Amino acid sequence: MIELTSTRANPLVDPSLHVWGWQIPAYLFLGGLVAGMMAIAGWFLLTDRHRRADTVMSLLPGLGLVLLSVGMLALFLDLEHKLHVWRLYLTFQPASPMSWGAWILVAVYPALLATMLLRVPGAARLRLPALATLSDRLRAHAAAVRAIATADLVLGGLLGIYTGVLLSALGARPLWNSALLGPLFLASGLSSAAALVHMLARDRAESELLARADNRFLQAELVLLALFLVGLVTATEVHIRAAGLLLGGPFTAVFWVGVVGLGIALPLVIQSLAVGHRVRHTPVGPLLVLAGGLLLRFVIVQAGQVSRWGPV
Amino acid sequence: MARFGMAIDTVRCVGCTDCVIACKTENEVPAGLCRDWIVTEASGTFPDTRLEIRSERCNHCDRPPCVACCPTGASHVEEYGHVVQITPSLCIGCKACLAACPYDARTIHPEGYADKCTFCMHRVRQGLPPACVAVCPTHCMHFGDLDDPHSEVSRLLASRRHHALQPEAGTGPRIFFLT
Repeated sequence: MIELTSTRANPLVDPSLHVWGWQIPAYLFLGGLVAGMMAIAGWFLLTDRHRRADTVMSLLPGLGLVLLSVGMLALFLDLEHKLHVWRLYLTFQPASPMSWGAWILVAVYPALLATMLLRVPGAARLRLPALATLSDRLRAHAAAVRAIATADLVLGGLLGIYTGVLLSALGARPLWNSALLGPLFLASGLSSAAALVHMLARDRAESELLARADNRFLQAELVLLALFLVGLVTATEVHIRAAGLLLGGPFTAVFWVGVVGLGIALPLVIQSLAVGHRVRHTPVGPLLVLAGGLLLRFVIVQAGQVSRWGPV
Repeated sequence: MARFGMAIDTVRCVGCTDCVIACKTENEVPAGLCRDWIVTEASGTFPDTRLEIRSERCNHCDRPPCVACCPTGASHVEEYGHVVQITPSLCIGCKACLAACPYDARTIHPEGYADKCTFCMHRVRQGLPPACVAVCPTHCMHFGDLDDPHSEVSRLLASRRHHALQPEAGTGPRIFFLT
């Protein structure tokens, strides 16, 4: 038996770490969602689908800007020394994923704006003819469109992976000690973005295409989650203990029922039936995917803070 | 260049918390927070039981994860003594360093920046020991250069059984507990 008593009473770390509340999971979800939106927009541009795609090209870039700004607001609200936030942009720390993220976000905004410029809405075209001319010229240059597509794909991929690496680089929390968190959050972001287009697209072909893509992303997410857990339970005692939080511990019910069951498996079944034309396309599947993606971030962030190297 | 560390004799330590009070006083640590603390670990089954009392603090690791993850460079390794320090004016309070520390040695100062043990470098530069070491009534705490084989800490570590906390975390902690 080991019994520990400590005279320390740091409210942020005793009895377990709880430095990050709702803001960080919300930011990680929105960041991942926007990463997925960028990747989808980039893919549409590269494969020449953008000429027909209404929702992806006219809605995603603008919505992405808004959602990313909301996510960054959440991130800002989490900071304890808010007035010093500008210090992020006076340096680049190559070993710090957060520093990478800060600079990636700087590059994401112009990429999203450039993507928006490819499809200027009718009302804006009338009011701002110069913008319309610029948009037409940009669209006429295949190389420019390709450059924007590449930027969307690369930055979307980096943003999506970074949201996971942000956690996995913090070695003191064994649950996060997995390089799979980056790909997992990227897959979840792609899935959430595909679900959003599936739900919002008025064009049947566009909606169906993204529903099919979402099913693939959900399958990838299931595989990555399984590998993530296998990686933990086949590692050291602290990692096995960390995995136990999701496999019999306090986060088990919310993880298996909320994230895996309702957030991935059920929408996968619903959307598979929908793309097979056996049931109608409804917002139920996509909404479950979005809720599951948000819940995944909450579970991983909160459970990770409970996991630790030292004695329990 | 020196590489400061500590050797703390758990056989002598009685857990009086003088080190905690001295640190709070010397460094004006805000109420409710502390930069060092006492852990009492009881292990075994009667009659084979063991008690270890430890004065714990930032381990000033050789490979500090709090420094690597800091996005602004606020957390850094000071050249003199290779001691991990924080520049409050650079810190944005993102708390990544708190999450990165396997010893949970950091906290957030009420003014918003990350805070922790500094090894009392303002005293060390004047040739004085850290406040916690200076006040210890059982003289169980020893501070010095780990790279100097003739320093008191090096001699103690060479002659006594000792352990560090969670060395398997891979950070290279520099607080050693003599047993």
